[in-house]
Amino acid sequence: MNISTEISDRKMKQRLLKDKIFTNAMIFLAFLSGVPLFLILYQLAIKGYRQLNISFFFEEAPDTMEAMVAVANNEIIPGGIANGIVGTLIIVGLASLIAIPVGIICGTYLAENAEGKFAGLVRFIVDMLQGVPSIVLGVIGYIWIVKPVTNGFSALAGSVALSIMMLPSIVRSTEETLKMIPGTLKEAALSLGVPYHKVILKVILPTGISGILTGVILGISRIAGETAPLMLTALGSTVVNTNITEPSSAVPLLVWEFYNDPNLVNMIWSASLFLLLLILGLNLSAKAIAKKWKVQY
Amino acid sequence: MESTILKQVQMPTEQKYKENVVIKNPIENIESPVLKIDDLSVSYGGDKYAIQNVSAGIAKNKITAIMGPSGCGKSTLLRAINRMHELYPNTHNKGGVYLGDENIYELNPIQLRRKIGMVFQRPNPFPTMSIYDNVIAGFNLNGIKLKRSEKDEIVEKSLREVALWDEVKDALHNRGTFLSGGQQQRLCIARALAYTPDIILLDEPTSALDPIATSKIEDLLVKLKKDFTIVLVTHNMSQAARISDYSMFMYLGELVEYGKTKQMFTTPKDKRTEEYLTGKFG
Repeated sequence: MNISTEISDRKMKQRLLKDKIFTNAMIFLAFLSGVPLFLILYQLAIKGYRQLNISFFFEEAPDTMEAMVAVANNEIIPGGIANGIVGTLIIVGLASLIAIPVGIICGTYLAENAEGKFAGLVRFIVDMLQGVPSIVLGVIGYIWIVKPVTNGFSALAGSVALSIMMLPSIVRSTEETLKMIPGTLKEAALSLGVPYHKVILKVILPTGISGILTGVILGISRIAGETAPLMLTALGSTVVNTNITEPSSAVPLLVWEFYNDPNLVNMIWSASLFLLLLILGLNLSAKAIAKKWKVQY
Repeated sequence: MESTILKQVQMPTEQKYKENVVIKNPIENIESPVLKIDDLSVSYGGDKYAIQNVSAGIAKNKITAIMGPSGCGKSTLLRAINRMHELYPNTHNKGGVYLGDENIYELNPIQLRRKIGMVFQRPNPFPTMSIYDNVIAGFNLNGIKLKRSEKDEIVEKSLREVALWDEVKDALHNRGTFLSGGQQQRLCIARALAYTPDIILLDEPTSALDPIATSKIEDLLVKLKKDFTIVLVTHNMSQAARISDYSMFMYLGELVEYGKTKQMFTTPKDKRTEEYLTGKFG
């Protein structure tokens, strides 16, 4: 039998064509995955930009009657989402205050005791925590804080639920960052007679700061848009509330409330746009920090 | 061919040369040693010892080189002198190391390391700190408050001692990690000197450097010995011959021979030392 390794012209052309189709299909699909973000931004901007005025940031959400009159007269709905913005800042801020120190210290422990049995257990639990549905965290916040501590829905309960939610991202990013730091750095500090706690606080953590901060910001951006846990904890409020033991609004909660009120439906777009831009901004700043503060060793 | 290789591998066994070991207690060999290693054995866990029954005195204001093939325990011995080996879990030791009259294993390791500084194989300046802050790190990290003028003085003096001052004096507040490898290593030596320890331990300080940077560091060490006692681990025999006053030869965790460098390189007392120095194994 005579086996020829020659490829006929016709076959060669077919092959080149297949190559071309495959390459272009890849480019197209890659492009496709980027499309939704722009479609969402476009949709929100087109429908919401008119609401984005000064009063949007500084006034409380309007009530149904005001909105109904404005819609009937074909005017912009008055008022804004100040109660939601303040609520989100307080709830997320408090959640960060709880989760950041705990998360960084836990992550440092895991990095320092990579092999330990207890560390392995903690690592496993933190991974599991990442998979807990957010509504379950809301239930936990309700049982732990709403009922026994604040005797009613409160911003504090929302913060506790959200702090549990952001913990895994901080722990794991701290651990991964610190693991990358060469051990010789720790030796250098210890050989100068520096006590262990100062080695960690003044040498190891500052060296890993960019990675840790990136994890923290991604954690914040993850909880800033959460709605489900807040429904069972912070509940919502029609006025600006700075008391953490009282019910509080939040931007994602407002979106949900606007959706449930036919007269306020038009506020959804601007509130969603604001929330999306906030989270995009946080993500971009995380990227910028990771790049700018990167330590060379 | 095969049999000669086998012979070379088998030759330095313990039984064969045990009677050749001349120096029974090397501590007596050094007059008024600043550091006495007394029958020290170190294990990283279990019954296996990385170094066994090492006794030696370290001479003041001299350079002592520790030589030996890979895995002979020379780094372990060096680290045992300022207890850096304890960073590994499950270490335990027998015997002692005396700094003056104090057994260092009864001291707090933090205090001990302030008296015995260390420089490592790879330059490891603190990446978040400037050159200036790196030199003064021993004070800053230990919470010792100094006046600005005192700090300036220490930084300049230390950098001059390592012959780095002229190269970096205009860039003191730049990051230390932007220096070349040799400069970084000199910076690390300056960092160890700034704290004015009694003894400086160097763990193969030039093995990651090019020949020019290496010769600069060697010159530097020779100059530094008038103020400091230096113990140097090296796998580079010619380096030991060039700069050290005393040499130790270690093999399989045992201190085989210890004496004046010149004497050891010309008339080694132990067969294993001779074979190592002539390149028969190692």
